[in-house]
Amino acid sequence: MHPTNRSSRILQPVKLWFVYLSLFVALGLEYIPTGRTPGLPDWVALALAFWCVREPLAIGMGAGFAFGLLMDVGLGAAMGQHALAYVVLAYLANALARRVLWFPAWQQALHVLPLLLLAQAIMALVRLVAGAEFPGWAYFLSSFGSALLWTPLSFLLLLPQYQPDERDDNRPI
Amino acid sequence: MSLVGHQPPPIFRRGPAPLARLFVFVALCLVLLVADLRFRYLEVLRNALSVVTYPLQMAASTPADVVRNASRYFGTLVDVQLENAELRRHQLGAGERLLRFEQLEQENLHLRELLQMSQRVQTKSIAADILYNAPDPFARKVILDRGTQQGVEAGLAVLDANGVIGQVTRVHPVQSEVTLLTDRNQSIPVSVVRNGVRGVLYGVGRGMLEMRHVLAEVDIQPGDRLVTSGLDGIFVPGLPVATVTRVDRDQDAFARIECEPLAAIERSVQVLVIGRAAYPPPPPPPEPAGGR
Repeated sequence: MHPTNRSSRILQPVKLWFVYLSLFVALGLEYIPTGRTPGLPDWVALALAFWCVREPLAIGMGAGFAFGLLMDVGLGAAMGQHALAYVVLAYLANALARRVLWFPAWQQALHVLPLLLLAQAIMALVRLVAGAEFPGWAYFLSSFGSALLWTPLSFLLLLPQYQPDERDDNRPI
Repeated sequence: MSLVGHQPPPIFRRGPAPLARLFVFVALCLVLLVADLRFRYLEVLRNALSVVTYPLQMAASTPADVVRNASRYFGTLVDVQLENAELRRHQLGAGERLLRFEQLEQENLHLRELLQMSQRVQTKSIAADILYNAPDPFARKVILDRGTQQGVEAGLAVLDANGVIGQVTRVHPVQSEVTLLTDRNQSIPVSVVRNGVRGVLYGVGRGMLEMRHVLAEVDIQPGDRLVTSGLDGIFVPGLPVATVTRVDRDQDAFARIECEPLAAIERSVQVLVIGRAAYPPPPPPPEPAGGR
């Protein structure tokens, strides 16, 4: 595995426990009570999209469904609202995985932004059909906040894979 | 092995196709959504899953508590003194009214005894603080710092100093979730103070309320005060709720009545949770049809 497919640097294989740990940390960040501040990133959607792009064989719709349900319970939203959005997000991110990794990080973010927007649109649609009030267009700023964080997040989440077992300056690992 | 039943070698086997899995998951989500939004079947599942989320939520709310306590600690002395003077003035006025109220309550009790009417409902009340807005951006809900351990139950009314702000809709051990009156899915049965006309008040969004199910020819005017009618058997009767701002009669059989809440619904901080200490007996069973 490489940081991007054009890079010559070879990464350590990913550890599955780290993937789930990062998803649970994202869930914890999501639970921090911030009221109605617009533009705050959806941490779980971001982490989920990241791992669906990096590791399409390990992380997919099942994880999206499980973490979506945990989001629904924790945020007091309708059961299945986040789950539906994250399942679609995971499916599309898995499908994009082979293409996205050929681009540098900021262009990867541009690929992921429409997926995050679509996930938010699905949630808005579900709740509007159920008779809720439209929260205003500032609601969709959240996806842009998430996309801005794609580059620092991909560095942070790949950090454990950058650590070689034994240090050797002449080897690309 | 036959040619038709040919299986791929195990290293390439990846389960059902992604699109099929997507449809299965989407169908499952839609079932969950309908069961929850339409029929409210999923409270058991919600409680079971909250075993996982509750520790995380408690851990995540700690930084917010620290920030809130710090800002309270560093609030200036002058602010506190001003607030104290204001509260003293309030207390004087309220104390005087309270004395009169106790005397009136005694008088009311005696009069009701004389008339052999049933006594007014006993109430219980719990003081609480609003911690923060609920994170769900599609509903108008707030979180209180009191829960089942302090005796809060789902269904109780929540008031600030001026009137009703909402109803407790979900209770956790040390927190509870209040749906505000302005939420589009919230309604409250009310009656007009002036003449006792009854109706139901619905949230319409944008901080406004609307009274429905009132016939166009019924006597109701802008400026009328609305209080809870208590007919639902859940709310305590007589709590102030809203004032009528506009009445529109020229549409159809029902009048269109816009109301403004009395309480500072989206701004209050200290609230009181009020409910009946005992629920009224269930209505008598209907008489068997055709009892001849």
